[in-house]
Amino acid sequence: MKKILFALAASTVMALAGQPALAQDPTKVCAIYVGPIGDFGWSYQHHQGFLEMQEAIGKDKVELAYLESVPEGADGERAIERFARSGCDIVFTTSFGYMDPTNKVAAKFPDVKFEHATGYKRETPNIATYNSKFHEGRYVQGVIAAKLSKAGVAGYIGSFPIPEVVMGINAFVLGAQSVNPDFKVKVVWANTWFDPGKEADAAKALIDQGVDIITQHTDSTAPMQVATERGIKAFGQASDMIAFGKETQLTSIVDDWGPYYTERVKAVIDGTWAQHDVWGGMAEGHVVMAPYANMPDDVKKLAEETEAKIKSGEFNPFTGPIKKQDGTEWLKDGEVADNGVLLGMNFYVAGVDDQLPK
Amino acid sequence: MFENILITIATAATPLLIASIGELVVERSGVLNLGVEGMMVMGAVTGFGVTLATGSPWLGILAAIAVGALFSLLFGFLTLTLVTNQVATGLALTLLGLGLSGMLGESFVGLPGIKLGNLDIPVLSDLPVVGKLIFGQDPIFYLSILLTVGVSWFLFRSRAGLTLRSVGDNHASAHALGINVVRIRYLAVLFGGACAGLAGAYLSLVYTPQWIENMTAGRGWIALALVVFASWRPLRVLAGAYLFGAVSIGQLHAQALGIGVPSQLLSSLPYLATIVVLVLISRNRRLTMINTPASLGRSFVPDR
Repeated sequence: MKKILFALAASTVMALAGQPALAQDPTKVCAIYVGPIGDFGWSYQHHQGFLEMQEAIGKDKVELAYLESVPEGADGERAIERFARSGCDIVFTTSFGYMDPTNKVAAKFPDVKFEHATGYKRETPNIATYNSKFHEGRYVQGVIAAKLSKAGVAGYIGSFPIPEVVMGINAFVLGAQSVNPDFKVKVVWANTWFDPGKEADAAKALIDQGVDIITQHTDSTAPMQVATERGIKAFGQASDMIAFGKETQLTSIVDDWGPYYTERVKAVIDGTWAQHDVWGGMAEGHVVMAPYANMPDDVKKLAEETEAKIKSGEFNPFTGPIKKQDGTEWLKDGEVADNGVLLGMNFYVAGVDDQLPK
Repeated sequence: MFENILITIATAATPLLIASIGELVVERSGVLNLGVEGMMVMGAVTGFGVTLATGSPWLGILAAIAVGALFSLLFGFLTLTLVTNQVATGLALTLLGLGLSGMLGESFVGLPGIKLGNLDIPVLSDLPVVGKLIFGQDPIFYLSILLTVGVSWFLFRSRAGLTLRSVGDNHASAHALGINVVRIRYLAVLFGGACAGLAGAYLSLVYTPQWIENMTAGRGWIALALVVFASWRPLRVLAGAYLFGAVSIGQLHAQALGIGVPSQLLSSLPYLATIVVLVLISRNRRLTMINTPASLGRSFVPDR
């Protein structure tokens, strides 16, 4: 229904696209999600962010249209183009795989603004990129995991071997090694962002191979449930999943997109929107840790201290000395990783029990 | 560990098996219902919702079966009574199911579900290695095996099954013999819907006890493919479903062991292996021809 209304209303807004919208004319914000908004993970959090934005600016000033479960690739391009054609003032594409399609469509519609989450390509002036430093949270998780794991091995369920996910694995390992230098991480790739059954199977496989802590970079709550069933601890992803593991969840990296979306849509309304590349973390409030639970007080204290250090900018998780998986030196003592290298990260640090698909 | 792996395989295979067996009966009667995914996801949301409301997973399962059947009745009415195109109607059913379930389930998102308990027979369930596998699984697992054997017996050993197959092979001749083609197809479609509903409830009550939109994640399509690759034989569907489950779980273990094979290749293995094996066992073309329902997907209008 939303989509139909949106298409009907489109033609009128079309003429105004590219100019600051008039007060009586609601600004049209369009969002593309890779999963269903009911995934209680990645897409859910984005949607919550947009709802928060709409609430903050006013429902009369902002109109929200969205498409769920849009496949990355060619279908994504069609969906983005449809939005652009039908009068959106700004289109947010919220998954890495929309990178090339978003750039392609942006080139065709210079008057429409585009924002692509987690990507690094900005080929035309009307496309901005934004991302969160989730790896800051993963470093804290690594610290907790190494403190609590008896086996000294954690299981990591990955989606796709893209820089974002690889960076997260590395940050987790580095955090763990700061406590226990011999800590290992086993990685299983689900090759999907969202398939509860498969994610559950991956968690079971990891547990059967002896890991006693599970963390995930896929979008559903299924791994948390499996961990609960098998009586081990786990970390949530994207949203606070404590309801699925009251005695399981140690903490969760919560994506809080609301403030960012509010700021950017306001900029569109004010006519001050400009291309940028934002990579906010704990300091900016984009990455929030769910309450630390199910751990002894000393571990909790250490986690909180680590979080505070990262938040204040005193410590960067990717600070040398760090060795690559093959034993060669990556960062010298005290050297901090370059953001460009991180955003294109395609190698593991030492301690990851997996080989990156080439 | 080994026992756990086998149980994980059974859990992965059971929903595929149940949905496939249902669709097999539908296709044996000459009807192609591509709406399995839609009926499954409706079963999943119904099972979860009713269980949440009543506290009883069994009521949830019964409701899911009923809703799956009801949903298939819509398909039956359109394709059998109004004689619409089966392929298009089936696809529409899937789209409707995915959308409707998302809407109905909106308030269930983020709520933990109730899991259907496992069987626990004293002594027997505690036997080493096979105890939990044979005597300690969820009741639906046993039902799925019984269902497979039952359907196999029904199709090839009973008079009613022969009638159903004859309708699927040549509806005009069956009609000429005085068989009520439309009625038999209705019953088959209902059975298929009930099975799909049950398979969906298995996902939201046993496999991953929660409701998430699109939680079937394409399993309905895999079930459909299994039926074809198993050349419409129930026991081959069983073999295919378990093979698919085994390779799916096996590749995850291979990854966790870090054997260094690209994960993309490993992830495609269940599909490749299942297709290769089922094509091999179905390679006798004459037998495959005999097993293929000749009227599959063709609409029937009495006396036209």
